[in-house]
Amino acid sequence: MIMGIDLQVILFYLFSAVLVGAALAVISSRNPVYSALFLVLTFFTAAALWILLQVEFLAVVLVVVYVGAVMVLFLFVVMMLDINLVPLKEGFVRYMWIGIPVALIMAFELLAVMWAKGRFGTDQFPVPADRAADYSNTRAVGEWLYTQFLLPFEVAGLILLVAMVAAIALTVRQRKDVKTQKPSRQVRVKRDERVRLVKMKSEAPASKGGN
Amino acid sequence: MFEAFLELAWIVIKIMAITVPLILTVAYFTYAERKVIGFMQSRHGPNRVGIFGFKLWGLAQPFADVFKLLLKEIVLPQNANKFLFVLAPVITLAPAFAAWAVIPFSDTMVLANIDAGLLYLLAMTSLGVYGVIIAGWASNSKYAFLGGMRSAAQIISYEIPMGFALIGVLVMSGTLNLSEIVRAQQGNIFDWFWLPLLPLFLVYFISGVAETNRAPFDVAEGESEIVAGFHVEYSGAAFAVFFLAEYANMILISALTALLFLGGWLSPFAGIPGIGDTVLGAGGIHWYLAKTVFFMFTFLWLRATFPRYRYDQIMRLGWKVLIPITLVWVLVAAGLKLSGAVTLGA
Repeated sequence: MIMGIDLQVILFYLFSAVLVGAALAVISSRNPVYSALFLVLTFFTAAALWILLQVEFLAVVLVVVYVGAVMVLFLFVVMMLDINLVPLKEGFVRYMWIGIPVALIMAFELLAVMWAKGRFGTDQFPVPADRAADYSNTRAVGEWLYTQFLLPFEVAGLILLVAMVAAIALTVRQRKDVKTQKPSRQVRVKRDERVRLVKMKSEAPASKGGN
Repeated sequence: MFEAFLELAWIVIKIMAITVPLILTVAYFTYAERKVIGFMQSRHGPNRVGIFGFKLWGLAQPFADVFKLLLKEIVLPQNANKFLFVLAPVITLAPAFAAWAVIPFSDTMVLANIDAGLLYLLAMTSLGVYGVIIAGWASNSKYAFLGGMRSAAQIISYEIPMGFALIGVLVMSGTLNLSEIVRAQQGNIFDWFWLPLLPLFLVYFISGVAETNRAPFDVAEGESEIVAGFHVEYSGAAFAVFFLAEYANMILISALTALLFLGGWLSPFAGIPGIGDTVLGAGGIHWYLAKTVFFMFTFLWLRATFPRYRYDQIMRLGWKVLIPITLVWVLVAAGLKLSGAVTLGA
């Protein structure tokens, strides 16, 4: 408690401010590498907010999966692209007249759903009660996934597997004219295939002169 | 208010009690590396720098190195991205140190005994790759960029077998809490997880060596091809920070292998008649440090023994050999656990 305000509340607003700022920076920075790095910051701050909600499993998985793997691949691609930064800066004013109405319509729709139905707001979502000291978020997630939501969970896993196989099948290209090494062949190689021993008499250069 | 301040100060003291010995260990790890490899190659290694005229087998060498690096100029390459260039070493170092928060050194000695400790470790170790990528990109140098790309691809690839090896440990122990994982291995050397999880134990350590970009997986530095990889443009203190992070990561991998597969602080003789009742049978931090030092030595041993892998061989080993092994053995571990062939806490 600092001056009557809960530390959690202070942290919540701090993290929220960082998150919103980073999210804005993602779409407003000129350099795509900066955008990707700001997205990393956004994910990380979101994980911190989830920790405040005492869902440590989901928070850490967010960091492991999105920050540790997905965003690294994103950065890979963005860094490899040879982007000319100048054309990116053009056309902001030209497209603004269509961009602003679209943004306004989307914002209006979101707000209409939120307020008209009364689904959001503090009366719908009260402050969650503190969990007991022995509460394990990991255990809770595991128990729900493997009992109540077993079928959707397995179906989602299968869909992801199919998508992965499809992605690999679509992108793999076997080129015939490339020389590659096959380790199994390399290991199986016999001496006779590489070395030929020739029997011959030893030869000494004919001595001229000397003693 | 004052009590909160006192608690905070106490936590800071505990953090210092972990990081200061860690930094000193890193300093002497570099010395040990040069000495061990020297002896293995029938050389002396560093043996000149001593204190007050005494040579002392070169024991002051690490300090000479540190002061040299700190006093050198940090050269900022032209057209480098200055902000990210300076940020990259810090991003590499921070997770390497932060991961130590959850390591239990003995039954009671742990800074943060959190339930999702193992996940926290995974999260921290997966963050280290950012420093490498950013350093490679911000340097605005082809060598640095290639090194960064190689290193990042390698780290991501070897995180997968590493994660699966951890799943085997989780299946056996049934908890994510590191202290509980050690307690699940209660007993002597034959009760620890290395025996039922032998393939995973080997895969974990090999992946750990690859993850830290150490020989024989050190193509990210590859002096003969890309000069020094992602940190080719770094000098002085910034280079020293990369160095510090690399060695801290090596010590971390050694400590984790000892923790997850070799029973952490438990004594190898516990419960054995005759020896088990004496001092040797009692667990404690000394056992944990001894096991960690063994794996740290193994890092150096590997470097002195093996030639460098080729890059496609590294990828083949990771994806086509290690990952299938772990996939199969996770199932075997689950079978062992369900059938009751392995019981916890003998």
